[in-house]
Amino acid sequence: MNKKIKVATTSLAGCFGCHMSFLDIDERLLELLELIEFDRSPLTDIKICGPCDVGIIEGGVCNAENVHVLREFRKNCKILVAIGACAINGGLPAQRNQLDLRDILEEVYHTSVGLAQGSDIPNDPELPLPLNKVHPIHEVVKIDYFLPGCPPPADAIWKFLTDLIAGRTPKLGHGLLHYD
Amino acid sequence: MSFDLETAKLSDKLRRVAIEPVSRVEGHGKVTILLDDDDKVHQVRLHIVEFRGFEKFIQGRPYWEVPVMVQRLCGICPVSHHLAASKALDIIVGATQLTPTAEKVRRLMHYGQILQSHALHFFHLSSPDLLFGFESEVGKRNIVGVAAAYPDIAKKGVLLRKFGQEVIRITAGKRVHGTGSIPGGVNKSLSREDRDFLLKDAYQMVSWSREAVHLIKQLHQQNPALYDIFGSFRSNMMSIVAPDGGLDFYHGALRARDADGKIMFDQVDYQGYAQLLSEGVKPWSYMKFPFITALGEENGWYKVGPLARVQNCNHIPTPLADAERNELVAYGKGAPLHATLAYHWARMIEMLFAAETIKDLLHDEDLMGDDLVVSGEHQREGVGVIEAPRGTLIHHYRVGDDDLVTMANLIVSTTHNNQAMNTAVREVAKRYLDGKKLTEGLLNHIEVAIRAFDPCLSCATHALGKMPLEVTLQDADGNLLDRLAKVSHGDD
Ligand code: SF4
Repeated sequence: MNKKIKVATTSLAGCFGCHMSFLDIDERLLELLELIEFDRSPLTDIKICGPCDVGIIEGGVCNAENVHVLREFRKNCKILVAIGACAINGGLPAQRNQLDLRDILEEVYHTSVGLAQGSDIPNDPELPLPLNKVHPIHEVVKIDYFLPGCPPPADAIWKFLTDLIAGRTPKLGHGLLHYD
Repeated sequence: MSFDLETAKLSDKLRRVAIEPVSRVEGHGKVTILLDDDDKVHQVRLHIVEFRGFEKFIQGRPYWEVPVMVQRLCGICPVSHHLAASKALDIIVGATQLTPTAEKVRRLMHYGQILQSHALHFFHLSSPDLLFGFESEVGKRNIVGVAAAYPDIAKKGVLLRKFGQEVIRITAGKRVHGTGSIPGGVNKSLSREDRDFLLKDAYQMVSWSREAVHLIKQLHQQNPALYDIFGSFRSNMMSIVAPDGGLDFYHGALRARDADGKIMFDQVDYQGYAQLLSEGVKPWSYMKFPFITALGEENGWYKVGPLARVQNCNHIPTPLADAERNELVAYGKGAPLHATLAYHWARMIEMLFAAETIKDLLHDEDLMGDDLVVSGEHQREGVGVIEAPRGTLIHHYRVGDDDLVTMANLIVSTTHNNQAMNTAVREVAKRYLDGKKLTEGLLNHIEVAIRAFDPCLSCATHALGKMPLEVTLQDADGNLLDRLAKVSHGDD
């Protein structure tokens, strides 16, 4: 038997919908598990990415922690894939880019309705620094493949991965390339 | 305000251990533990470390975009956000009573969501701890390990989730982030082929869901010492219930019980949630801490989600799930169960309820009707509440004369459980970690407690924090992309 392909996945500033679409390959997941092995992923308890063949990134970059994880993935993964609108262009979270960070903070933690007395903006060093803007991941590291959609359909993810595993150049045929 | 183990004295003299990221949950969270030289635990915190600012950037958008935008808060329970927003906007478009077709298509969509989310959570994320043990080998403690050791359980889990996702696809148009629900109704009903397609598997799903209840019940009964005690803590409970006190995930009014099961308030119209609840903020988490205002921050917090719902209601309207509920209630011998792991038991009962409800709904001709939307006199403000898989979900909007949103307030399920989850991990730390050399397996105990709540930390990250330092973000070639300036509130 050939060595299994190592795959790591993570969500940065995303909603996990792309991970859900991955699981939407349904019973083919059990088939896929014969061919691949998961490294760091929300599905396993591996907390730090080791050397991998493929890294799949959902979500854009919205804080310092995202930057750190993204670089960890780039360093360890031979092939890095941006999956979904958020990773590719920031997606819905990037709607905040036109707003001032400080105004949002003020509103959510200081002036919004129903807050307890004395509520203020969280500032503990354990919380990673938010960036002023949400960035697409290719602005920070080199990306090898982009899989569009919000989320990309499960069949597109399946086709992409099986092509890659078989050593073919991944090609999404008609009906698999979606932007919605 | 003081909660046990929340804040250590002299924290700079203590050693820090972090669980980062919390895994096999959805979203971004970490736990920090502060210990002294004798490994005594002084502080434990579950931090929510990401923000996305949804409440703010929804403002200025036309109201009809909202149900499609807000579901991007969360890819696991997008339907819950889709529908909670739609319910709030029903009020804004004056749709006081939906057509039977619209209401039933939405219900079907929502029960599909509960089924798929509960299946995902139990089988894909939590079952490895329960089947292999909390301290079992890391490399095997995941769905891949379950598929190898218990292929039948893994396969049924995958197929239960698939069925729920298919119900969503058929009602919403897409499995993740569909568009089926609109203010005042839905944009499509079911065709006869759709209905028959789902119906052919519906009975199988009921029987597999029942097996899942038996599986978790068996695990509980095999090891009551662990299941009764692990992460147990007393608290109030809140959910919506139907007018007759029955369990209903789609619609109802607010009810809360105290830790002894005594009703504190009942049948409260959720349009007035703001008079009932407040939210506290702590400097170390982006997730707020809601509480019942009249009881105050220290005593007014509560738990939501399966364990709260199944005990808060008087009965479950489908027979198999109701029988299972009676067993769970009897197990408590007259007192509510507060054991954290009983969340899984309650969750599987709810999954059975969802499967039975889907099966019954599929026999209803109204699903195939063509009267889809209503509207009436427009209002400026509306609140929509739904029981999402993880608990009560509140969406609140105001809209201006130009139909643009002027205010949005969201209290998501996981936020309601914030204090409950923090209390659970502190109970676990006290009982299992205190004074011991920390190992990976012991640390996993903390995560097992968090997983029982099935937190969707993804949903919970719609707020943001102040920045204590200045850092810069550079691209791969070293060019400056972004800069974080110090902005601290009130003193600059
Ligand atoms: S691309 Fe869409 S589905 Fe994927 S993480 Fe972003 S919002 Fe969620």
